Amino acid sequence: MNIEQLNAQLGELETELQPENMSQYLTFFMDNEEYGIDILKVQEIRGWESTTAIPNSAEYIKGVINLRGTIVPVIDLRLKFSIENVQYTAVTVVIVLKLTQEGKEKIMGVVVDAVSDVHSISDSQIKVSPGLGDNNNSKFIKGLGVVGDKTLILLELNDVL
Amino acid sequence: MKKILAVDDSASMRQMVSFTLKKAGFDVTEAKDGVDALNIAKSNTFDLVISDVNMPNMDGITLIGHLRGLPDYKFVPMLMLTTESGLDKKSAGKAAGATGWIVKPFNPDQLLATIGKVLR
Amino acid sequence: MSIDLSQFYEVFFEESFEGLDAMESELLNLEPGTPDNETINTIFRAAHSIKGGSGTFGFSAVADFTHVVETLLDQIRDGQRQLTQVQIDLFLQSVDCLREMLSALRDSEEPDTQEAQALKAQFEAILAGDELAGLESNQVTPDDSSNTAVEEESRLGWQIQFKPGKDILKTGNEPIYMLQELGEIGDVELDINLDFVPTLETIEAEDCYFNWDIKLKSDCDLAKVDEVFEWVVDDCEINITPLETLVSAVDEEVSENATELGQAPAAEAITPAVEPENQDSSPAQSAKVTESTPAKKDNAPKNAEASSIRVGIEKVDSLINMVGELVITQAMLTQLSEGDFDKAKLVSLQEGLAQLAHNTRDLQESVMRIRMLPISFVFSRFPRLVRDTSKKLGKQIELKLLGEQTELDKTVMEKISDPMVHLVRNAMDHGLETTEERIASGKSEVGSITLNAFHQGGNIVIEIIDDGKGLNTEKIKQKAIANGLITENSDLTDEEINLLIFEPGFSTADQVSDLSGRGVGMDVVRRNIQALNGSVELASTPGEGSTFTIRLPLTLAILDGQLIRVGEHIYIIPLVNIIESLQINLEDVNCVGGEYDVLRLRDEYIPIIRLFDLFNHEPDSKKMEDGLLVVVEHDNEKIGILVDELLAQQQVVIKSLEANYMKVEGVSGATILGDGTVSLIIDISGAIKLAGLKKSVRRSIEKAVVDLESA
Repeated sequence: MNIEQLNAQLGELETELQPENMSQYLTFFMDNEEYGIDILKVQEIRGWESTTAIPNSAEYIKGVINLRGTIVPVIDLRLKFSIENVQYTAVTVVIVLKLTQEGKEKIMGVVVDAVSDVHSISDSQIKVSPGLGDNNNSKFIKGLGVVGDKTLILLELNDVL
Repeated sequence: MKKILAVDDSASMRQMVSFTLKKAGFDVTEAKDGVDALNIAKSNTFDLVISDVNMPNMDGITLIGHLRGLPDYKFVPMLMLTTESGLDKKSAGKAAGATGWIVKPFNPDQLLATIGKVLR
Repeated sequence: MSIDLSQFYEVFFEESFEGLDAMESELLNLEPGTPDNETINTIFRAAHSIKGGSGTFGFSAVADFTHVVETLLDQIRDGQRQLTQVQIDLFLQSVDCLREMLSALRDSEEPDTQEAQALKAQFEAILAGDELAGLESNQVTPDDSSNTAVEEESRLGWQIQFKPGKDILKTGNEPIYMLQELGEIGDVELDINLDFVPTLETIEAEDCYFNWDIKLKSDCDLAKVDEVFEWVVDDCEINITPLETLVSAVDEEVSENATELGQAPAAEAITPAVEPENQDSSPAQSAKVTESTPAKKDNAPKNAEASSIRVGIEKVDSLINMVGELVITQAMLTQLSEGDFDKAKLVSLQEGLAQLAHNTRDLQESVMRIRMLPISFVFSRFPRLVRDTSKKLGKQIELKLLGEQTELDKTVMEKISDPMVHLVRNAMDHGLETTEERIASGKSEVGSITLNAFHQGGNIVIEIIDDGKGLNTEKIKQKAIANGLITENSDLTDEEINLLIFEPGFSTADQVSDLSGRGVGMDVVRRNIQALNGSVELASTPGEGSTFTIRLPLTLAILDGQLIRVGEHIYIIPLVNIIESLQINLEDVNCVGGEYDVLRLRDEYIPIIRLFDLFNHEPDSKKMEDGLLVVVEHDNEKIGILVDELLAQQQVVIKSLEANYMKVEGVSGATILGDGTVSLIIDISGAIKLAGLKKSVRRSIEKAVVDLESA
């Protein structure tokens, strides 16, 4: 799926009726692993563009971009998750999310390798798996969702900064 | 569409009067005091003038006196917005040529009902 | 028609607060006695408007209270009463009380009416305190018992004799409309009487000669009929009798009719006499009933202060003009894009773009001007403050306000008010001597405080000047030593010592007063001013007084910036901070303790901050001589910032970095450059802190350099 299709799908979201306890997840790849994020948190998807660096910030904070007049920070989620093979290519995308950070709603972009698809997963299908990821980042993992023969790592990215 | 000149130095009252009248289908022009109103009135014609009494620069009664002296406003109804304490204002207003008065405080319905007496 | 009155609340509150400000400042000008007409009129008008508006919009508590205020003002205005100092004070308290009540209402809270009740009682005591009030109460007691008696019994209808005054048309009244209005009440039978119409030769077209006999069949009461003729009753002959009496005059119920006949003329006689009071009270009461509960909006903004701004019409007009020009330019550019593009069009395109740039700049300036308000909005609170404080301190103080029309951004204005209050209080409390001291030192016994505002460059300068004793430098020094701010050996000029009062935790008052507090403040004052990108300076001459000078940017939304580059990174330094830019001559640089580089520039030693070090960037070159040093001043200290290159200077619109990210040390905000990329704005004070160059460090560096050179 390309960015235009996904953005179009995001636009239609609100009109679709979801069965109870079902949530939709936007899935994306980092280092060949497929992750999912609650699509209601996704504002839009953009291609990777260069950022303005923020002095003395952590390595995973790539800087800020101009999102239609608003200054929005961009985080490389791969660096945040200690993934080593990080490249910036034509398919590298920035998912713009509405997250809360210390209780305040903020808009930020996260860099991932590529976006994949949108899946509906019922809450009962999500397995909580505390042992995943390194210790620092396990708090961002909501659980594992199974779709067909695939297992998705579902993320909850509040307070990711 | 009937044209009304609404004069009040208080922006909130002026807006309330103007909004109410516009909603009732009148063409409303606002003025912020007597001098302002007189200038507007001279280069326009109106079917009704509604004016506050206590205003800086020129008060409502003086305004009505001036307007009544203009050929275009000889027969135009002019109403004063006055408060219950303004007893003497009513007679002074009448003497200056006011048609009648609306007693403050009033609500939009009362305003429209009163206007119905002079605009039919 | 249902109209949501709450849409007018905001405007009402705004104009009421303005009215209260006007009342307050005029009250402060009042002397007991018979006041100047225009002054008392202005005060009266403000109270009158607040009463009218609050009544109309359903804030009955405010309306009730304002009523007594207005009544007393009215009597003073009419010369019925002498103004006393007690009354002036009472009026001033009323202003405060109304402010409180209106603020509460604006925040959708129930106002506390206790204070209002107490003040109201005082007003009522004054009003009832002499024969005047007695007279008035006689006037306003209408006797309407006979009136209602008639209403009770007349249900068939009314016989009306209506003879309009000859001039009725010239007051804008129209008899036909009144007849139509009667027609809406009930069935009307009309008899027109043409007896008074003169012959054609003598007829005046503008006069009214008709009169009518009207039978109105309706069970309405007399008041309803009176209402139709309300405005003309004095100019017309109107007789209203219950219809029943005339019809049944020949009936057998003679006894009953007799009483009615007896009452009918009485009712008529009363009508014109009692009517004014009657009409006054009845619509007012009905209005109160319908509007007595102030509508509460659940989601009304709690703090409405920032929500709206009143703008002079000329500013809006100029804006509209500019948008007009912009539209023309846009049309011209659109036209250029039609058809094939050739070289001839290129010139037009360039012209068009230049025009567009011009339009945009003008438009930007105009939009910014919308937020600009005269500083009189802040100044206006000081007469009251000075008056109250001088009473408390027992000092005679005169306040002079200069440059009140100087404009600055609304946001800046809101934030500068508190620091100014503090400085003025401080000047009154510590700066000005007591009357005895002044007389002893041969000064005028009235101390003077001057507030002066003016524009200078892109800044507004506000001076707070007192003619008091000036700062006691020696005392400040001792205090600073006692507080450990400096040591006995510190080699400081008087000016530098005086500046120590801005350091945290400093107080020079012999005794702590309830005015300037316990030394909290001066450091906070300076911090607040610096938070606005401003500065505060101080000049003091012993025996002659002190001057505090506040310098502020005109707006917080835009700044003039110098674009600079470090490696691939572009930053902005506020132009207002920049003193000069220069190439470094290594001979003038000393390294102190292997850590800090200091440039000797004329008589000064300027610590050098390498921006690439500070911000952890890769520069073009790490050699000092390859770069440029931007010398900036902050807080009376100069610092050199080493960059690779100076780029353009331009105005930038400040955007928040914190909105979606967080505060970044050394950065005050961000902006978007012409190419759409983001650039960060350097915060000089933050950068100094980040570099570890606190004042003490800087001083020791300087000292080290001096030692080094003299060695």
